[in-house]
Amino acid sequence: MSIFNAFTNKGDFPVAQIRQGFQICLPVAISAASYGMVLGVLASAKGLSVGVMTTMSLLVFAGSSQFVAVDMWLDPLPVGAIIVATLVMNFRYLLICASLGKIFEGRPLLHKILAVHLVTDENWAVTMTRKDRGNPAFLIGGGVCLMIFWQSGVTLGQVIGNVLPPPEVLGLDFAFSAAFIAIVASMWKGKADILPWAVAALFAIVAERYLPGKWYVIVGALSGSITAVILSSLPFQKGARHDTAE
Amino acid sequence: MTQLSDMEVILAILGMAAVTYSLRLGGLLMGSYLPQTGKWAVALEKLPSTVLIALIAPAVVTGGPLHWTAAIITMLTALKTGNLLISMSVGVILVGVGRAIM
Repeated sequence: MSIFNAFTNKGDFPVAQIRQGFQICLPVAISAASYGMVLGVLASAKGLSVGVMTTMSLLVFAGSSQFVAVDMWLDPLPVGAIIVATLVMNFRYLLICASLGKIFEGRPLLHKILAVHLVTDENWAVTMTRKDRGNPAFLIGGGVCLMIFWQSGVTLGQVIGNVLPPPEVLGLDFAFSAAFIAIVASMWKGKADILPWAVAALFAIVAERYLPGKWYVIVGALSGSITAVILSSLPFQKGARHDTAE
Repeated sequence: MTQLSDMEVILAILGMAAVTYSLRLGGLLMGSYLPQTGKWAVALEKLPSTVLIALIAPAVVTGGPLHWTAAIITMLTALKTGNLLISMSVGVILVGVGRAIM
């Protein structure tokens, strides 16, 4: 019961604020559920069981990296490449969670250890736009909401996917490419993205020919990202603001 | 069917969970020591999109004209609607129909 006490003692996590976080995150959670459904359909086409996907969704709880892992899911399973791809994909959580320092100020380590798993892009964004800069209880409410909807969406997608005809018949073999293209389009920030993205594609295509397994993903991703860094440090680049960090 | 009883499957999921949780907790605990702007921030911010592009580029390029067309139309639909399900369905249906006709 000690974990339960840590969340209820001394009004550390007021129920009213947990509920408020839950309610305010509902719209983004519904869109996360539809995103999860897509993943579920793709996962069932790959032959992943509901048990495997549920465990992954609850323990990893980071949507886009789960898409990547399911796409890389082959027999024999490229365990190392999947873990490294997850690391690369989720590196941004370092910064996302670093920005939550103020919200968790003065909280004991246990609160941080327990709550931080529930931080996602969505409830982080909602929390950061709050006038009062949010609080851990609000963040937790949103995280629980997202986890419930995300997990349900994935399972529902798997149930639907299991009754669909074989993937090739429906053009579902193109589904991963289509899903990733759509996700990438939503990440478009402007013309500065063109070169890093082109470099990522080019290096991936070349590396895929010469490297074993799925390592071309890592090579492409890192070279694209490094290109973005080089571009941003060119003197004529507008909005290159790295003076504060150096 | 991939089941949870498979040792490699457990290893993959626990590994994914461990790195993701470490990044979350590491970020929160290291907090102010991490640069919020600058080169590292630029690199980390770009990673998700470059991972996805690296993942699909070889498959799309070797997929032939049907996949190229579907890729472009999916991209345009996504930019226009901003909806994952709609843009994905458009691409998948295009490939399915295209294959049926050709």
